[in-house]
Amino acid sequence: MDNIKKLTKMKLFLPIFSMLLVMMINVIYDIASGNPPFGFFSISINNGILYGRLIDVLNRGSEVAILAIGMTLVVSASAGTDISVGSVMSLSGGLCCMLLAGYGVTNVSEYAVPLWAGMFAGIAIACVCGLFNGFLVAYMNIQPMVATLILWSAGRAIGLLLCNSNIVYVRVPSFQFFGAYCGIIPTPILIAAVCVAVASIVLKSTALGTYIQSVGINKKASRISGFNSAKIILLCYVICGLCAGIAGLVATCRIYSADTNNIGLNMELDAILAVALGGNSLGGGKFNLAGSIIGAYTIQAITTTLYALGVSSAQAPVFKAIVVILIVVIQSQPVKDYFKKLSAKKAGAKEAA
Amino acid sequence: MKKLKLRGNNILLAITVILFVVMYAGGCIIYADKGFTHLQTFLNVLINNAGLIAVAAGMTCVMLTGGIDISVGSLIAMDCMFLAVGMEQWGMSSPVLMILVLVIGAVFGLVQGYCVAYLEIQPFIVTMAGMFFARGMTAVICKDQVSIVSDKIFTAISNTKISIPFGGYTNKKGIYQTPFIRPTVLVALLVIVAVFLMLKYTKFGRSIYAVGGNQVSATLMGLNVKKTKLLTYTLCSLLTSIGGICYCLNTMCGTTTQASGLEMDAISSSVIGGTLLTGGVGNVLGSLVGVLINGTISTLVKSNGKLVSSWANIITAILLCFFILLQAIFAKVKESKKA
Repeated sequence: MDNIKKLTKMKLFLPIFSMLLVMMINVIYDIASGNPPFGFFSISINNGILYGRLIDVLNRGSEVAILAIGMTLVVSASAGTDISVGSVMSLSGGLCCMLLAGYGVTNVSEYAVPLWAGMFAGIAIACVCGLFNGFLVAYMNIQPMVATLILWSAGRAIGLLLCNSNIVYVRVPSFQFFGAYCGIIPTPILIAAVCVAVASIVLKSTALGTYIQSVGINKKASRISGFNSAKIILLCYVICGLCAGIAGLVATCRIYSADTNNIGLNMELDAILAVALGGNSLGGGKFNLAGSIIGAYTIQAITTTLYALGVSSAQAPVFKAIVVILIVVIQSQPVKDYFKKLSAKKAGAKEAA
Repeated sequence: MKKLKLRGNNILLAITVILFVVMYAGGCIIYADKGFTHLQTFLNVLINNAGLIAVAAGMTCVMLTGGIDISVGSLIAMDCMFLAVGMEQWGMSSPVLMILVLVIGAVFGLVQGYCVAYLEIQPFIVTMAGMFFARGMTAVICKDQVSIVSDKIFTAISNTKISIPFGGYTNKKGIYQTPFIRPTVLVALLVIVAVFLMLKYTKFGRSIYAVGGNQVSATLMGLNVKKTKLLTYTLCSLLTSIGGICYCLNTMCGTTTQASGLEMDAISSSVIGGTLLTGGVGNVLGSLVGVLINGTISTLVKSNGKLVSSWANIITAILLCFFILLQAIFAKVKESKKA
């Protein structure tokens, strides 16, 4: 009994538990439908590339995982969420493709500017968006959700303007490479892995992670203890913008076109959900990056599983909603208090006996 | 006679009203040849945004308590789909369906309100789940677009024109055009008046302001904070369902992607109308003006003809930015006065 309690109190319990649950559902489904029981985990090499449902989850989950890094920091430092990331993704992809193809051109097989310049511009505009959000939140004391609402609405619209309301195709292999395969491994997986590695090394080897947490726990006290709270919050938003930019480019390269209307649509909700699923409090303070990353892949696993079960993409949100509600209800204070009371009563009854 | 004090929130409302008048007058001067000066253009803004007006009224109440409800757009989609499928495929009559939609809305809000008030979960997360749920349920009810054609009562309401005896004009063919509104406009305006009176004169209305202003002092005053929040979320979803019926009367169909992003329109209308997102300050009449400003922007962009429709989003975002900064500056001035 005590062991179970210790287990449930572990930081990574919730994300890993939900991940295992999703995998179990997959196994049960495979057995029920007469497939090999571990079909979900089987990985094979077809036509020189890795193939399998697990690889698919890792591949498709890359964008959400990258977004989850930035979102975790923003949630931790400012106790709010950045809802503009989906729009910023679309803006960065739109700008990149517009530069690579030239304004007003919708289909090219040669770059108008070098690839690095387009990518750099896409990431730079995303960082500028992050800077704008961060300025409003950190220096103007505006609630994060409201401040980011501005770019939520404007980001996608500017992206559409840049692409002249068209879908811009860039049919160049070196551009497609970032959304396709690097050897046998899908490139997005590698990009996500590099992002996660860089983020965790920076947070582990510098004091930045501690600063961010202390600002999230008590902004005033942190300022009095001598660090610039506003600057740290600003930095978190810029990092979030950077992550959105990278995720936007990955999503764009995947379909080698800037479909500004659909890239990153509702992605902000998945990113926030990943953070919540990772066992992070959305009220700010301590964060757990590993949890968020696992959370991000869990969401993708849920989506893939639902598709495998024959649920259409439009109906899938119902199940996502049920998952969200279950998680937050379990995490909520009154429910926790109720269970504490219940266990205390049991202990009292034992003593009386 | 009492002097009207021009406090921070009154100034915000005044700026909003002046902005609307200036914007509309500007439209009248620039696009005079495209019929912007006709009364009907203004009435069309009302007709097109009737649903949004009702939603914004509910949203304002929720924002006054310091919360937020982002499920409204999806809830409208679910309402429309329910109405459409109910009439076309299940053969139910529209009055029954309309009452059912209102009941569904109230129950939906009750569950959300319970999670926010009694389980103390952040409103954003609860209503995000509600948004997913409603959007998914829309597809569960029916995956395709369903147009409403068979129900006579519903079509009759939708086609009813209520003429206004003044402000008509003679068109190019020399036929006199009487300006008209739809019944949905009356419903929306009725909702605004009712919510305005409720916020101003009932105990519940005053409790909403008290809870949003300072939750701790509201509790110490003996107000039931949890119950107030629960009822506010229920009210918001109920008003959204009324808005959903109005919206359905306008579009006469149900699709899975309907009204996506409407929640942000409602929030931005309330913010432009002077409702503080921290709660406690705001006015439902301001939200009405906010909706009208949003509607005027898109009419202006449409009247130009050359601009892409995404300009409307960008202009709204710039306005939103302006008003949010204005609110922040007022808050800072207030604080420095206190010190």
